[in-house]
Amino acid sequence: MSDWVIETKDLRKIYQMGEIEVRALDGVDIQIERGSVVSIMGPSGSGKSTLMNLLGCLDRPTAGEYILDGERVAKMKDDQLADVRNRKVGFVFQSFNLLSRQSALSNVELPLRYAGASKNRREKAIEALTAVGLGDRVDHRPTELSGGQQQRVAIARALINDPAIIMADEPTGNLDSKSGAEIMELILSLNKTLKTTIIIVTHDANVAKQTQRIIRLKDGKVVGVEENL
Amino acid sequence: MNLGQSIIEAIESLNANKMRSSLTILGIVIGVAAVIAMLAVGNGAQNTITGSISGLGSNLLFVFRGGTNEEVRNPKPLTVADAEAIADPFQAPSVAMVAPAISGNAEITFSGEKTNTQIYGITPEYELVRNYELLEGEFITNQHLLGRASVVLLGPEVADKLFDRRDGVTGETIRIEGQPFRVLGVLAPKGGSSFGSEDNVVLVPFSTAQTRLIRRQSDRVDLILVQAASADTVTQATDEISQILRARHRVELGADDFTIFSQQDFVQTAQSITNVLTIFLGGIAGISLLVGGIGIMNIMLVSVTERTREIGLRKAIGARKKDILIQFLTESSLLSMFGGLIGIGLGWLIAFVVGQIAAASGTELIPDVGIDAILLATLFSTAVGLFFGIYPANRAANLQPVEALRHE
Ligand SMILES: Nc1ncnc2c1ncn2[C@@H]1O[C@H](COP(=O)(O)OP(=O)(O)O)[C@@H](O)[C@H]1O
Ligand SMILES: [Mg+2]
Repeated sequence: MSDWVIETKDLRKIYQMGEIEVRALDGVDIQIERGSVVSIMGPSGSGKSTLMNLLGCLDRPTAGEYILDGERVAKMKDDQLADVRNRKVGFVFQSFNLLSRQSALSNVELPLRYAGASKNRREKAIEALTAVGLGDRVDHRPTELSGGQQQRVAIARALINDPAIIMADEPTGNLDSKSGAEIMELILSLNKTLKTTIIIVTHDANVAKQTQRIIRLKDGKVVGVEENL
Repeated sequence: MNLGQSIIEAIESLNANKMRSSLTILGIVIGVAAVIAMLAVGNGAQNTITGSISGLGSNLLFVFRGGTNEEVRNPKPLTVADAEAIADPFQAPSVAMVAPAISGNAEITFSGEKTNTQIYGITPEYELVRNYELLEGEFITNQHLLGRASVVLLGPEVADKLFDRRDGVTGETIRIEGQPFRVLGVLAPKGGSSFGSEDNVVLVPFSTAQTRLIRRQSDRVDLILVQAASADTVTQATDEISQILRARHRVELGADDFTIFSQQDFVQTAQSITNVLTIFLGGIAGISLLVGGIGIMNIMLVSVTERTREIGLRKAIGARKKDILIQFLTESSLLSMFGGLIGIGLGWLIAFVVGQIAAASGTELIPDVGIDAILLATLFSTAVGLFFGIYPANRAANLQPVEALRHE
């Protein structure tokens, strides 16, 4: 009996564009094992972002079931979803999405503030920044950091609440190949040490190759699952 | 997130857009300053007017000829006998003192200096009920009255005009309508500008005025001043006087040919006029505060649009609707609260300057910035910030995270 951190059943997302129905996701069944690193690939328009949004609890499916770390989230209300995102999901975006006016430390602390935790926020944030190799850049603002460093801050922010999953949407897409490789290295090493499940959406076959499993999407359907060795 | 953090974050965010924040605050500053200044000047004007009415004396009643009812034909004049009847303690027990007076205009000269002024023919009671005080000399007495003495008390302004000073003029001889009068003393200034100058007057004995200056038929008087025994008996005294005069003038009920004003009536009339004025001015100022509030709404809407992505991110990492709502409401309330505080200071300053200008032009007006006005302005401006912040904040809070993140 495996330990699924993510399990979806017949997940559907349909956008109604006037007369036309766009089936962005058309019956997706996937299971993701706790502690694994999985990549999602597929051509443009195949439904990768839509799936990311659903798995990350940013959006609700039109139909189907989704169980995240033991919680049925498909029909939750906005504020319940916000709470699940806060506790169970860490996000890493292609464009980093840091608050440019605030220090690396404040950015990393932010999820803790919304969690209502007041104890040791600063210590935890410094710890997370140290874990991504930025222990000496705590008070820098995003504008004072390189792209690779900014993505490290974002990864520290994703880690801070000790989430069940980290969703990374093209995490290396805005980086040069060297920093991109370093970020992948960091993500994989964090997976080893922290046992956090990581899901990466990517175009880059090199990135996908480094993950344990590749889920291929096309026209809103899963068309193949490859296990890497 | 707790409130302290929200406030710190809001200040950081307002600080990041200094120019925009200050212009928004300016809108509120002007509104609040206008409200504070208008209320202060209005209150000051009221204080001055009621003050000068109280300065007339205490518990006074003013009896004039002529009714408030227009249908009263041929009102009988008030006479010395009327005054004596009112002074009768059996007919009018609530009356303490009665002072009939006649008045007119007269030309006064002293060695080439000339001035026109109000002249009152009075009895010693008049000096008492009006609370007159002297800078020098002595009051008009019954002796002067009996002897129809040619003596005069000068108001301080008259002394200024004739002698260029207010002391050392007792004993001088001036001419009123060409007749020589000895200066008996100089009245202390009463100030007050609401009834024209109280200081540009001269007082002469009633009998002297009657026979030689104002020349009233028989024993007519222009005004009877009555002092009630106490503040509590003012109404009662009014009733007693009405009854006496109705009987003496043989008027039908409801057709009084005389009018009695109490000091309180004057104060109330003056207050209701200045109240209307204050409300009117405050209302106009309030509109500018409203415009400031719309400025806040405008800026907050721009800010929400600009920060859509930020809102999306905050939601992605766990911000609830409430958190976003509070964030934006805190910003708009802070804007209006800062505006309010600065506005109170500025309004105070404006009121002070208005007071100085009024003083320089000879009107006594001390603007009165009440604690109530300050509380009102603070509450109102914060409420404006909250009210006009609600719509933009709601808009931000209801953004869907997916769409917000996709923005730009
Ligand atoms: N908000 C939306 N409204 C309408 N159609 C959408 C919306 N989001 C995505 N789609 C459609 O759903 C399909 C899948 O999109 P998406 O998940 O963004 O694909 P990918 O990320 O793989 O490029 C596309 O055809 C896209 O046009
Ligand atoms: Mg996409």
